[in-house]
Amino acid sequence: MAESAETAGTAPLWAVVLLPVVLTVVALAAAGFDAVLSAGAEHGRGAGRGARTLRAAVAPVREGIALLARQRRRTTADDAALGRIGIALVPLAAVLAAAVVPWGFRAVTDPVVGIVWFNAMEALAWAAVWLAGWGPNSVLSLIGGYRFLAQGLAYELPHMFALTTAALGAGSLRVGEVVRAQQGMWFVVWMPAAFAVYLLSACAMAFWGPFGHPLGRDVAGGVVAEYSGVDRLLLLGGRWLLLVATAAFSVPLFLGGGHGPLLPAWAWTVLKTAGVLALLIVGRRLVPTLRMERYMEFAWLVLVPLTLLQALVVAVVVLNR
Amino acid sequence: MSLELFLLLAAALFSVGLFGALTQQSIVMLMMGLELMLGGVILAAAAVWHYVAPAATDGQVLVVLAVTVMAVEMAIGFAVVTALFRAREVDVTDEAAELKA
Amino acid sequence: MPDVAVFWALGALAVVSGVMVFRFDSMARATYALLLSLLCVGGLVIVLGLDYLGVVVVLMMTIEMAIMAVFMVMYMMNPAGLMPMSMLHNKKGAAVLCTLVFLLLAAGIVLAPWPKRSGRPADDPTKALGTALMGPHILTMMTLGFALFATIVATVVLATRRGRYDRFGDDLRARTADDPVRGGVGR
Repeated sequence: MAESAETAGTAPLWAVVLLPVVLTVVALAAAGFDAVLSAGAEHGRGAGRGARTLRAAVAPVREGIALLARQRRRTTADDAALGRIGIALVPLAAVLAAAVVPWGFRAVTDPVVGIVWFNAMEALAWAAVWLAGWGPNSVLSLIGGYRFLAQGLAYELPHMFALTTAALGAGSLRVGEVVRAQQGMWFVVWMPAAFAVYLLSACAMAFWGPFGHPLGRDVAGGVVAEYSGVDRLLLLGGRWLLLVATAAFSVPLFLGGGHGPLLPAWAWTVLKTAGVLALLIVGRRLVPTLRMERYMEFAWLVLVPLTLLQALVVAVVVLNR
Repeated sequence: MSLELFLLLAAALFSVGLFGALTQQSIVMLMMGLELMLGGVILAAAAVWHYVAPAATDGQVLVVLAVTVMAVEMAIGFAVVTALFRAREVDVTDEAAELKA
Repeated sequence: MPDVAVFWALGALAVVSGVMVFRFDSMARATYALLLSLLCVGGLVIVLGLDYLGVVVVLMMTIEMAIMAVFMVMYMMNPAGLMPMSMLHNKKGAAVLCTLVFLLLAAGIVLAPWPKRSGRPADDPTKALGTALMGPHILTMMTLGFALFATIVATVVLATRRGRYDRFGDDLRARTADDPVRGGVGR
């Protein structure tokens, strides 16, 4: 493999501008794929299937533009400043987290503590969702915000252990080093539990799919209940950005980053990210919405011991290497 | 930038936090003052590490200690407030003292 | 020097938002002002060359303040600050005392003969911290571990209203716990 010489590089400065664009495009593609699956499940096979699929694929774009044209909504005695900070922080945190994700072997930035940075940005998005729920002075959106806080307490600890396990395997908190350590064997091979837990928490921190309870129908949309127009677009779009960022980060952590035969490194990254996203999007149809207290007990009684055992196994292997 | 500037900043944070801890009646607000004071301690420890003894790790260990103290302080503080509120429907310092058995 | 600009920007923001913590009427605003102040502290710690500890401060304080906001809203009678009211006592005395403390600290800081910088930071301060905590400072680490564990136990004991007799019956014979909220593992 020729690429080993150029591992752990930093992209040129224009990548800073490119990153949000790429992230948005991937998010639109993922949302389009999700909409196509939904349309297929609703109508089944039949006449006009092709046209329907096409319509569904561009539905996220259409919805986004429609939201841009819609007016924002204000509620009485709202805390507009905090609400808007919360809304803006969700996509911003997703982009900041994605800054350490290497595409191929180059990330926008590759700090020494990249993994901790990624985790900190996710935590920021978590706190931001509560702010967005607090903003409109509405019961339903505040309930949504509280639900996400409780959900965070459930997923955050196993998630941190999963991240730690990957860092432990590489002996470094730098994402580039983690990728380099997987040249021979992907981490997913000997850290399957950590990978599975990571995928679960990727959905959970994007409050998406089975973990979409904070935006549940039973609370009329929860956090987004009172938002319309650009606010709603930023929150719902930021959710997709978060999902894409976390799914993409699983590639350097567990799936060998850009390592792979024949194809160039960037192509492998794109392929693997698309694979993880497709897995999540298809998989979410098989799982019902999880209430946070259910997941809480499962996370603390099953996932935390599981990830700790996984970390122990990895630590023993690393020590004997 | 110098050690003195960093320490002055830390002292300012510490004093503001102290003001909050002394004036606030609500126990939870009082704890926010404590957190701010500990924030000043973290900054001072990091500054001393950087400007005085970067070769030793004691400054870093002190930061770890302060961060842990913050977490412990918050957890125990909220647990005490919860227990207090459950027993006496009280969440301000003055009343907690007056109702002393 | 970009570092100097960052120092002044973060430093000013830290102090201003620290003051605003006690001026805001809304508890959500107060909590997140404190978060902003502590995030600035984390940024300054990174400026000082401690990347790991700085990011950890950012991570921990974000999580801590998000949880704190819940309790602030829960225990304040006027969490959104829609009806402004003062919850202060002994304002004047405290102001005098804090000014005195600051002046005393400042005098000490300015007048003290600080030693010259000795040695260079390790190439990887994070690794140095790790080896220190696992080596010469292992006692600190173990004390912290026990303190945290004791905190977990104490917090649960203080905060919960229900004991094992409520959950498993007077003779502790019930096979499944009787909890108001059902969990996710077979209950």
